[in-house]
Parts: sequence; C-alpha cells; structure tokens
Amino acid sequence: MSKKRKVTIKAFRFNAETDYLPYYKNYEMEVSKDELVLDLLNRIKWEHDGSFSYRRSCRHGICGACAIKVNGKSVLACKENAMELLDLFNNELVFEPQSKKRAMKDMIIDKKDFWDKHAEVTPYVVADVDPHPEHETKQSIAEFDSILDADLCIQCGACHYACPALEVNPDYLGPAALNAAFRFTVDTRDNAGTERLELTSQPGVGVWDCVKCFECAEACPKEINPIEKITKLHNMQFEQGVARSNVATRHAEGFVRSIRKHGFLDEADIVVYSEGYLGMYKHLKTAVKMMKAGKIHWQDGVPFIDNMPKIKNLDEVQKLIDISMTNKL
Amino acid sequence: MSKLKYALFTGCTAKQSTPELLSSTLAVAEKLGIEITILEEASCCGASHLQDFDEFLAHVLNARNICYAEKLGLTMITICNTCQLNSAMTKHALDSDPKLKARVNEKLAEVGLEYKGTSEIKHFLYTLIDEYGLDKIKDKVTVPLSHLNIAPFYGCHNIRPSELHHGSNNGENPYNPTSLDSLIDALEGHPVDYDHKNKCCGFHVELQANHTSEVLAGNALLDAIDNNADMMVTPCPLCHLKMDTYQDDVAKVMGRDVELPVLHMPQMVALALGCTEKEIGLNFHVQKAAHIIPA
Repeated sequence: MSKKRKVTIKAFRFNAETDYLPYYKNYEMEVSKDELVLDLLNRIKWEHDGSFSYRRSCRHGICGACAIKVNGKSVLACKENAMELLDLFNNELVFEPQSKKRAMKDMIIDKKDFWDKHAEVTPYVVADVDPHPEHETKQSIAEFDSILDADLCIQCGACHYACPALEVNPDYLGPAALNAAFRFTVDTRDNAGTERLELTSQPGVGVWDCVKCFECAEACPKEINPIEKITKLHNMQFEQGVARSNVATRHAEGFVRSIRKHGFLDEADIVVYSEGYLGMYKHLKTAVKMMKAGKIHWQDGVPFIDNMPKIKNLDEVQKLIDISMTNKL
Repeated sequence: MSKLKYALFTGCTAKQSTPELLSSTLAVAEKLGIEITILEEASCCGASHLQDFDEFLAHVLNARNICYAEKLGLTMITICNTCQLNSAMTKHALDSDPKLKARVNEKLAEVGLEYKGTSEIKHFLYTLIDEYGLDKIKDKVTVPLSHLNIAPFYGCHNIRPSELHHGSNNGENPYNPTSLDSLIDALEGHPVDYDHKNKCCGFHVELQANHTSEVLAGNALLDAIDNNADMMVTPCPLCHLKMDTYQDDVAKVMGRDVELPVLHMPQMVALALGCTEKEIGLNFHVQKAAHIIPA
C-alpha cells in the first residue's frame, strides 16, 4: 500500500459558455497513499491545466463545496482517500460533476434546484420569538436526541444528486429537503410542523415518491441516512392525522389488513384495496398478462373467495397487531 | 464439510406470483445437498411499506419471524432482497437498542416468544458464495451457460445501506458489486458489464409514481440490452416482477422495444445444475424465456 501508483484519471470537461458538448480528458499522475480526491483535483489544475474548475473551500468536510462523483459514487473530495477508490474501481477513476446535466464548468454545477427544494420545506425554526426573553429557550437532552443526526447536514447535495426518483420527477422534494423537513418538524420550539407534514405528504412531491433505493444513505458523507428520516416522516403523517386516504397511504396501511387475514401480503388484494375498484382499469392489462403466465388466478382479489395461503400460527400475528399497532389511516 | 442447514424465510412473492422462485431454490438446495427448513410460521416482512405506516409494528412482526429461526438454531436465509433488508433492519435495531428490544419482547411475550438475537440473516446468494463456495458449485455444473451473455441486476436491498449488510454480504461494495458476476462466471456464463447493474428497478413506487417506476426499470433493461445481454438475472423477486411483468409498459414510456428474459438467481443456478424444466419454472414468466435453455 505504501507504494506510489501510476494512474490515469478521466475527467469530465465542459464550459457552458463555449462548449457545445461535454468531453472527457485523461490526466496521468503518480498517486501516493495519503492523497485525497481533492489533492488530485488540485494537481489536475496545478500540474496539467489551469482552466480546470471545481469548488473547494474548507478542506475539512464541513462546507460541502467539493462534492463530486467518482465512478458514479458521490464523494466529498476532501474526505475521500484516492488509493481506496483506486482499489475499489480497479485503478480507473472517472471524475464527474454531481449532475452532468447541470454542469456549468467542469466539476461546478448549478445547484439552484437543490436550494429551491430546500427552501420549500421552510428549513428553519418557525416560532414567535420574544425579543427580550427573561430566560434562554433551553432544549433538553431528550428534545435534542429526537432530532437524531438530521442536524449534521452540510447541504453538499451528495444525496440529492444520487437520488434516482429526483432524476425522473423534478417535483419530488428529494432526500436532503426531506431530511431538513424532519429536522425542523421534530424541533419542539417550532410551530410549522403540520404545514411541513402536509407538504411532504403530497403525492408527486413528498415522501411517497421515494423509491426506497437507499442511494441517499449510501451517498451521505456525514452518514446521516436521509431515508431513515423519510420513514419517520411517513409515520408522523399517520400519527398526527395528516395522511389522507390515497393510493399510496392505502397501500402502506393495506399491509396490515393483508397480514391480519393471511400472515402473508395478498398481492392481488393490496392492489385492489389501494386503487379501489374504479382504479383497477389501469391494471387490467397487467392482470391478464399475469393470469396467462399463471402468476395470478381469476379468484385473486375477488371478494368472498379466499384462495390465499395462510401462515402457521396466524393467531399470534393477529394478537401482535392488536397489541402493537398505534397508527391508523 | 458438514451438511449446510438453513431456515428459509420464503417471503410472500415466492408463495404467490413467483412460484418459480421457490421451486428453483428448493431444487438448487437439493442438488447441492443443502438442508432447508421452510419457516411456515413467518409473516410478511412489511416490504418497507408497513414500515412507513407503523415502524414499531413492523419490528414486532419481523422479530417474531426471526424467533422461529432462533428456535431451530439456524441461520435465516432469504430469497428476496426486500425481505433481507427489512429482517436485517429489525435485527440491527433490536441488537443495538436494548430499550427497543425490551419493548418488542414485551409484546412477543404475549404470544410466548422471545427475540434473542442469536440467528444470522443472510440472502441465499451469499450463502451459496460464502458458505457453499463457488468452486464447488462450478464442479456441479452440467449445463454450462457459455452460450449466454448475462446481465447481473443486483437489486438495492442486498447492497444498500452497506453498513447494515456488510456482516452478511461479505463486504459487497454497492458501487462495484461482484457477487452475481462471479456466480455467473462459475456457471461459465458471460457477465455483462453495464452501469445500471446496481441501480433501482422502481418496483416500490409502481402504484403511486408509475412514470418514475417505468423509467427506472427501462433505464436498466435498455442498458443491459445495449450491452448485448441475452438475459438478466436478479436475486430479488420484486425486481423480477418489475423487470419481467412490465416490459411492454416500459417500452411505451421509453419509446423503444424492450424484450429481455429475466431470471431469478436460483433459476439460473438450477439451469446450470441440470434441474428439470418444471423446477426452473420459466413458464411462470411474462417475458418468455424458454429459448435460453440449450436444445
């Protein structure tokens, strides 16, 4: 490991003011074991091409400026050891901006969409503040703990630009904004929790568009696990009665209905229950395909005909649901 | 080596819309001399949706499932990435939070059970590779897959979050996973290298965000097709349902033809080990796949 390694780094190059299309350029250099990705970015600029552009500031993993992607992996350049990445990616490194379609110059992107989403969730404590308080507004340890680690976010955008749902649906708030929504909603000094839960429960915008890929948890350089906060927001919407009956909420709640009846999820029934009978027209074609292949049967999902397998000791599951469930739709 | 014994958590899908997953899993286990006890008491893992509704209830039900593997003194194996994730998340939460474990056990005591944390939870893919061994599988191949370019599709919930899985997936790196590739190699197939092998299939938002779901599946299917794949293989039946059942819908959204047979991981192994067509169960696929079996 102590040996230097001669490598070629392939870097994304683009200048939105002068270039019609982006291109990649190779840079050869010897990498030593303690060098960070940021060191390599610096060396491209200092030893090869002074016009190579990227953001950098604190060099301590706290400003979030130097976030890029290496071989598709979101990294903070100032935290990531280059040799470890060379081992992981078989000695071939590709440096790219977090979002190629938002590239302005090389590694630098326009993060407007990130900040817009962030602003949408009112990312601050909303409270009537007494300008001349007699005492400090103290937080207990328990109140602080309820925020979990959501407060550690440095707004680097690593999770946001790793999220595939956001890539397809530009209206989705995405993991960073949802993490911020959670952080301020659980803050006991804040008065805007209900509004945030209303916003984050909207179909197409809020938590129900999360595809559950865990890319955000993997991408976060501060190890925050945004999808954990998204699950908490889901639960809070039910707990606080904000969740409205729609295809997504019925789908989540419908699992209890199925499990109570069979122990298993009833795959056909959950679709009927979530969509309602009128909504089933969308699934007729799929149902016919699945029936032809023997995946489902004509009786499936038809009320009063129960051809579902059942687990052994179903009574245990029914009892556990009765004594453990706290939420309702 | 003494005989490998596991408690199998089938999950719901293998008992309903993908019966071929269960039959091929059992056939592979028999060929390899692995002893399987099906956990007939196990309920649904919640599939991450019950977790959205009531996280605590999901922990209680998953802990109950694990109790039955503990009673047998066996590792619980899964054949679905999402079952793996949700069971492992409960195990991790309970093993690292004594207060939560006590709260869950208080409920389980009502039905005479106690979660102890003594059983490991591992996906069948990784038991085959880490515990049975690729060399030994290679020795048993009777139908080499050398005529096939096979695109491995890993599925999110076996590889992310890596911190949770690293104890059970041999440190698979989610940005450059290799297990399925090496399994394909051992069966003498040709692994297809493509960018979307470790990406999301879109299954979980099929109902409420249909367009997102079709695009994510389409990105992966087309990437595999453009890299000359003859078929795709996945260890997750939910990925399978998305990728196999919806190819014509995906084609409409992507504006291109999409036709690619998708196999469950155990089906691919069963094929190479010479299991019967009935055990492999390609007839249960929507996208027909019979032509991948050599004449």
